[in-house]
Amino acid sequence: MSEAATGQQHPIGIYLKIWALLFVLSTFSYLVDFYHLQGFWRWSLILLFMFLKAGFIVAIFMHLSWERLSLKYVLMLPLIAILVLISLMAIEGDHTYFTRELFFDN
Amino acid sequence: MDTSKPDNSGYTEPGVSGMVADWAADKQAFDMPWGKLMMWIFLLSDTFIFSIFLTGYMNVRLSATDNWPNPSEVFALEMFGHHLPLILIAIMTFVLITSSGTMAMAVNFAYRRDRRKTVLLMAATAVLGASFVGMQAFEWTKLIVDEGVRPWSNPMGAAQFGSTFFMITGFHGMHVTAGVIYLSIVARRVARGDYEQKGYAIVEIAGLYWHFVDLVWVFIFAFFYLW
Repeated sequence: MSEAATGQQHPIGIYLKIWALLFVLSTFSYLVDFYHLQGFWRWSLILLFMFLKAGFIVAIFMHLSWERLSLKYVLMLPLIAILVLISLMAIEGDHTYFTRELFFDN
Repeated sequence: MDTSKPDNSGYTEPGVSGMVADWAADKQAFDMPWGKLMMWIFLLSDTFIFSIFLTGYMNVRLSATDNWPNPSEVFALEMFGHHLPLILIAIMTFVLITSSGTMAMAVNFAYRRDRRKTVLLMAATAVLGASFVGMQAFEWTKLIVDEGVRPWSNPMGAAQFGSTFFMITGFHGMHVTAGVIYLSIVARRVARGDYEQKGYAIVEIAGLYWHFVDLVWVFIFAFFYLW
């Protein structure tokens, strides 16, 4: 019974509920494409369903919501560096596009 | 110290003060077997790898002056007389989510020491993972042979489409393949009863890896196929 004290043990029901929820969310994000949504609603719905799915997988399937704060911070704080990289590369990509439009012959 | 039977009585205080106590007291900072912590650290580094791939993809797509091929059309299939956009990708998504569900239940049965159900659920996970790789191989074949997509060019538009597609989905498919092998090895050892003494944390650790592969697919699905 040693691992019952430390190992992650939760009712099966919660996994089945999250499983069903992930199915529904995936179907929704597929429907966004199927119905050819464009513009603001397309991007915001895709991102919303993506973050919901990712959150449920990490929080429930990977049990992060039951882990101690020490581990949560170790995993979440480094992600700030990725956000910085994404912003920098978005600026750089726009700049490259702009200069290509100026100097490429097309 | 015998890490298989950790004494976690010192890890009861919740919140920030609990975190301070975990780091400041004369004990190990993380209340878990070392293998599980190492898997989490590995997954964090893997998060960086996939983030860099996807950020690179964002960068070349933003800066491409040619039209980006419409993934909804590139990955469409004719099925039962209907033209269905992205249908294979949707099926692959459902297969991977289902394999994550079976894996989560395998972890549960492992801690209950129900070896038969654990092995069956892990085998189901591995089979679903293998079928995901199979569908991906089909998708790659269709793209390379029928549609002429290459890492350096394609007939639909921006050349960067091929290089980012093969790099990102290829690296993810490699992770799935490695996961199938990993799960098969652990499942065989569970079946043999190798972990009866050591405890079944190994199944949870393998599960973490598998859920991570599913997690990465969520981002690839959103950014590469739907965007």
